[in-house]
Amino acid sequence: MTAVAPGPGRSFTQAADDELTIYERSVPGRRAFVAPALDVPAVSVEALLPAHLRRPEPPRLPEVTEPEIVRHYNRLSKRNFDLDTGFYPLGSCTMKHNPKLHERVAALPGNSRLHPLQDPARAQGALELMYRLGEALAEISGLPHVSLQPSAGSHGELAGVLLTRAYHEDRGERRTKVLTPETAHGTNPATVTMAGYEVVKLATDRDGNVDLADLRAKADSDVACLMLTNPSTLGLFEPNISQIAEIIHGVGATLYYDGANLNAIMGITRPGDMGFDIVHFNLHKSFTQPHGGGGPGSGPIAVSDRIEPYLPRPQVIRRPATPDGGGEPTATPPATSWVYDLDFDRPKSIGRLRGFQGNYGVFVRSYAYILSLGAEGLREASETAVLNANYLLAKLAAAGVGEYLPAAYNRLAMHEFVLSGAPMKAELGIKTLDLAKRLLDFGVHPPTVYFPLLVEEALLIEPTETETRETLDRFVEIVAEVLREARADPEIARHAPYGTPVRRLDEAGAARRPVLRQIL
Amino acid sequence: MADGDYPSELKYHAEHDWARVDGDEATFGITWYAQDSLGEVVFFEAPAVGSTVSKDAAYTEVESVKAVSEVIAPLSGEIVAVNEALAANPEAINEDPYGAGWLVKVRLSDPAEIETLLDAAAYAATLP
Repeated sequence: MTAVAPGPGRSFTQAADDELTIYERSVPGRRAFVAPALDVPAVSVEALLPAHLRRPEPPRLPEVTEPEIVRHYNRLSKRNFDLDTGFYPLGSCTMKHNPKLHERVAALPGNSRLHPLQDPARAQGALELMYRLGEALAEISGLPHVSLQPSAGSHGELAGVLLTRAYHEDRGERRTKVLTPETAHGTNPATVTMAGYEVVKLATDRDGNVDLADLRAKADSDVACLMLTNPSTLGLFEPNISQIAEIIHGVGATLYYDGANLNAIMGITRPGDMGFDIVHFNLHKSFTQPHGGGGPGSGPIAVSDRIEPYLPRPQVIRRPATPDGGGEPTATPPATSWVYDLDFDRPKSIGRLRGFQGNYGVFVRSYAYILSLGAEGLREASETAVLNANYLLAKLAAAGVGEYLPAAYNRLAMHEFVLSGAPMKAELGIKTLDLAKRLLDFGVHPPTVYFPLLVEEALLIEPTETETRETLDRFVEIVAEVLREARADPEIARHAPYGTPVRRLDEAGAARRPVLRQIL
Repeated sequence: MADGDYPSELKYHAEHDWARVDGDEATFGITWYAQDSLGEVVFFEAPAVGSTVSKDAAYTEVESVKAVSEVIAPLSGEIVAVNEALAANPEAINEDPYGAGWLVKVRLSDPAEIETLLDAAAYAATLP
């Protein structure tokens, strides 16, 4: 983090240039790679591909030299703000450190060069890793059956709601509604709508919990499911979860756990023990896959026995390695030897959710993380995440920040907490958005802003367990400094940022009059 | 228009909507507080002319850079006109919420409902 932030009249820390696209750098004939001379007989494209699969003309690829490619992408990467550059307390996103060991393991040729169409008999190691990851996720969630297929949290949600539909339809029931709290992640109602159900919102009580009276009034035999995250998006543990599960199961509906906030409870309590039927994990959040533009996500699901028959296919299974079991016959098979396979014979399955078996590279990193930490380590990670959030909350209050940015709920926070910028807006004349933009000049990624919608001028702050006390203290100093600065001159924050490659973007203009195509 | 302006000739619904009643018709829009809380509006979902709206129920949505929000009908009736200009110029909702930023005109089915709405002072008193 920089000691002095750029401001009006102070110079930029990063060059602000008008970067050309790689296509604009193209000059006919330039190459970064020259293929070696052909040492096999040439075969014409016409002989290999039918006419309808052939391009009438070659694709228009950029023609550039290797140094130009390297410099172009290196420069672009430096214009980004990333977790490897600075503090990134983006609430609900769990931007914890991604250990570099995981990259080494994922880059091993057996992992990185495995073809997705490899015969299962020749991909035993990969299938074993997937099977064992599934076992670990089952243990963490308290739900015994896992599918690794979904490729994102939202994809896991869709899988979960489709499983709910399959479960009810198999019992001859047609239910029409899904309940979500009004504080839910936006993906919850979006998923419900995509799956063909009607969204019914549940009110929040004064303490930030699900309003039980409202739940009782709305839970009826038309309700297929309640989607909930615990801790909630307000960063609060839902103390009435057993009662909620009882009400929902009482009307024959399923209880769905949005795993976005799992980082608060790993190894401490389990969704399955709370009464949830279906859980999705965000491997990219809780289990350290680089995300937020840094890599693909992965949203496996774990389910209870009654939901198991409907899981996506294929499922990774194992059986003892004997000649009868279909394994490679050996003279003396070890007693603990298993053969892994893909099971397509699942007549009640909701089917495939994507091509191949899921985002395998994420599985490798998450499995490496789970093995590195072990059960005790995962619990300690969650405990430290909660401790860091409460330390930061208390420290902000002690530094006088609480006067302008009070906690939305006066309760013990879990892994994240919500502040309201309403007093700051009224008394200092800067909005939460202005504070967020000004933080960029101090080398801090802003927290999540304007979510949850229930809280006016909301800031959702999630420090994660991988930050040092010094980093958290420095964040408090920076927020206090921005407030001091605003008291003297609110215009500084209103026009921030100053030190980033681009200044404040016209988000409204971009949405109102989008330019969807660059003319090259 | 000044910040936090609530014209006295309008009637208000606690969900931050206003109605300008003219005989058996009324024009609806969102209040200064609503547009300020939403932030810059980027899209107004125009409902169909001829569709019916029910007091206290959502009849359309507005989208801002922050969020998508439902718009609640302050009174019941049938939509007879929508503000077509908002398709190209949704910022009118922010810049002039009681004028060019109007949303729909409605033929009222139950004018007695007007008595349940708030006047400007009562509405302003509900705001934080």
